Amino acid sequence: MRLYLMRIAFALLVLLTLPGLSQAQSGDLAAGIQALGDGSFDDRAKAIEALAATGDPTVAPALQALSDGDLYTKPDGTVVIGRGGGNGLLLFDPLNGEQVGDVGSRAVKKVRVNNNLRRALRSALGGLTLRSPDPEVRRSAAEATFKARDPGMIDLVDRALETETDEDIRQILAEAKAAAILNSPADEAEKIAATVVLVERGDRDALSLLKGARSGAEGELKAALDKAIAGIEQELQLWGALQNVWYGLSLGSVLLLAAFGLAITFGVMGVINMAHGEMVMLGAYTTYVVQDIIRTSAPGLFDYSLLIALPLAFLVSGSVGVGIERGVIRFLYGRPLETLLATWGISLILQQAVRTIFGPTNQEVGAPEFMSGAFQLGQLTITNNRLWIIVFSLLVMGVLMLVLRKTSFGLQMRAVTQNRAMASSMGIRTPWVDAMTFGLGSGIAGIAGVALSQIDNVSPNLGQSYIIDSFMVVVFGGVGNLWGTLVGAMTLGIANKFLEPYAGAVLAKIFVLVFIILFIQKRPRGLFAQKGRAVES
Amino acid sequence: MAQGVERWVLAGTDYVYPRTTNKILETYLRDKGVAEADIMINYTPFGHSDWQTIVSDVKKFGSAGKKTAVVSTINGDANVPFYKELANQGIKAEDIPVVAFSVGEEELAGIDTAPLVGHLAAWNYFMSGTSPENEEFIKKWQTFTKNPKRVTNDPMEAHYIGFNMWVKAVEKAGTTDPDAVIDSIVGVAVPNLTGGLSAMMPNHHITKPVLIGEVQADGQFETVWETPGLVVGDAWSDFLPGSKDLISDWRKPMSCGNFNTATGKCGGQGS
Repeated sequence: MRLYLMRIAFALLVLLTLPGLSQAQSGDLAAGIQALGDGSFDDRAKAIEALAATGDPTVAPALQALSDGDLYTKPDGTVVIGRGGGNGLLLFDPLNGEQVGDVGSRAVKKVRVNNNLRRALRSALGGLTLRSPDPEVRRSAAEATFKARDPGMIDLVDRALETETDEDIRQILAEAKAAAILNSPADEAEKIAATVVLVERGDRDALSLLKGARSGAEGELKAALDKAIAGIEQELQLWGALQNVWYGLSLGSVLLLAAFGLAITFGVMGVINMAHGEMVMLGAYTTYVVQDIIRTSAPGLFDYSLLIALPLAFLVSGSVGVGIERGVIRFLYGRPLETLLATWGISLILQQAVRTIFGPTNQEVGAPEFMSGAFQLGQLTITNNRLWIIVFSLLVMGVLMLVLRKTSFGLQMRAVTQNRAMASSMGIRTPWVDAMTFGLGSGIAGIAGVALSQIDNVSPNLGQSYIIDSFMVVVFGGVGNLWGTLVGAMTLGIANKFLEPYAGAVLAKIFVLVFIILFIQKRPRGLFAQKGRAVES
Repeated sequence: MAQGVERWVLAGTDYVYPRTTNKILETYLRDKGVAEADIMINYTPFGHSDWQTIVSDVKKFGSAGKKTAVVSTINGDANVPFYKELANQGIKAEDIPVVAFSVGEEELAGIDTAPLVGHLAAWNYFMSGTSPENEEFIKKWQTFTKNPKRVTNDPMEAHYIGFNMWVKAVEKAGTTDPDAVIDSIVGVAVPNLTGGLSAMMPNHHITKPVLIGEVQADGQFETVWETPGLVVGDAWSDFLPGSKDLISDWRKPMSCGNFNTATGKCGGQGS
């Protein structure tokens, strides 16, 4: 209750003092904002600093607009905020936000920023919004102040610490203060205390800061810094190993997705399908088309675009697969060399067809909200799209297992692959099962394309880069065994990622290839060889 | 350098152009007093699509307390996943800017560039140039491709200049015979699309402005720095031991692409 009253009192106080302040200062502020639009980059950096020094939150919108590239100058030199709309641009007053005009986009000139200015803006905005009512804004403001490492901001941070109630933000503010102290001419004891705060943060930013501070340090401070740096580095090394495992799993899941379809067409049916990569590509292009339609007709559905694309991609790639099986491959069963050449030809035809329809350039496939960005797990940065792809690949595997084990189609499929003649005499329409199996494999490849469109180029060449890897995974894991495909993909992924930091991306790939060649010499049937009469025949 | 960058990552695709460029850059940086430990060189295969490790290595390299920048000679399709990974791992241009030598408007067409604003590219032409020739050219190109959103880029400008030069040289020589055209083409000057005249030099390189552009949210570049005048193309780098002594002059009587000034002979790296 007392706190509540205090807040009201504080709010009243702010209300009372604000008009007086703005009366006195609005002239200066307007002049300061005018200075943003003119002069060299250095002049304008100074203008930003001057505005930040006023500590007045009313200039924040103008600075934000400058950082977003929304600040313009009119021909007479006045600075305005412009946003898309009206005849081109709606102009607003940078201080009070009132609309002041509506012009074509060529009537005003955009105020240019470079990276130095962006940095200055980031710290200025950080300082100005430290006491914003929105906790999220305060959090990012605190982070920005941490990155700014500006000794001049210690006072601002102290004032923010007085009113801040959220524990997490207080922690960041304390770190921001420590960062500023390390960069200031403060005395040794204070700096050592700051070092301790930063060790607790323990991430790369802190490490970078401490390393920067070490170059000018002496005596006890240097010892404290050295110890702090060693501590953080050791911990980061541990996280580094974890990170490699994570990256490996992620690469493995991509390989797994790409290889599933092949595990069925090649693994189960024994068809060397060189057009497999193109099925993946068709899936990716389906995603693009779906997104394109959604963008123009129903933008609200954008976050569901991938979900909508999944069944469509399955259908598109699946039916193309059935078409290929019925039209070409069924005449070539038992002739692997011809199948290889024919499917290679089909892959070229499909690529060229896509190139003719959509053009040779990359198509933009957007990421829905839940798949973009990253979050922090300890010192591990986990990007959302990779996480979802791992989850998705496991889901696909589960569904595939169910189809093969629990449905009558799966039963027929296994029967046909084990003993075609017997299955046929039991009344199974083997040609139909062949077509459906090939369609299933192609459809799964299409689904993989939806996922891969999130991390790779959607271009006619998309498939080519995955075909070799897919064959590698299937052969390594053991032909005709989904578990083998899973283990194979994950092993190759993790091995690749552990080799990469030491050997570089090029050599790592070569090592993995050499390893597989040697492995196949020893175990020609892969990790999990199928046993039984069917295999021997 | 002007931005106070002290640590450099040179990342490229594994073939001759990035390897040579990085060799030149490395020698140049070392001449400027950058320590070996402050340069990280990394190569990747063509079409590399899994950038997680490399981007996090760059992040790690950038946390040594010194300002870090990436010079990218990554080619073609591998760029899209690279920039996507940069955006996903939250590497902002304010912290670690990426300067690309082979990323143009066409490459950016496949990515959402909003998280990439501020990354840089060096070219001789940007679509955003405002010369009347450029606006005319863009209009013609978009009508020709029947696609009002189709972008133009630097290699297209190179062909525009090259073809116009050839036409002029043919007019001058009065024949399309290659040898006669080669003789007449040196000294020919035609307008380039940035709003100047490009001229053919005796070494068969032409003069062009050098621009540095910043990626904008709409996939275009905004020129943030340009050379005051046109730059004469150099056939052989002055920074590499093997090519320092070489010059190129296709005028008679020399007519040699790799004349060695140290040995006085035509025919390559005689040393």
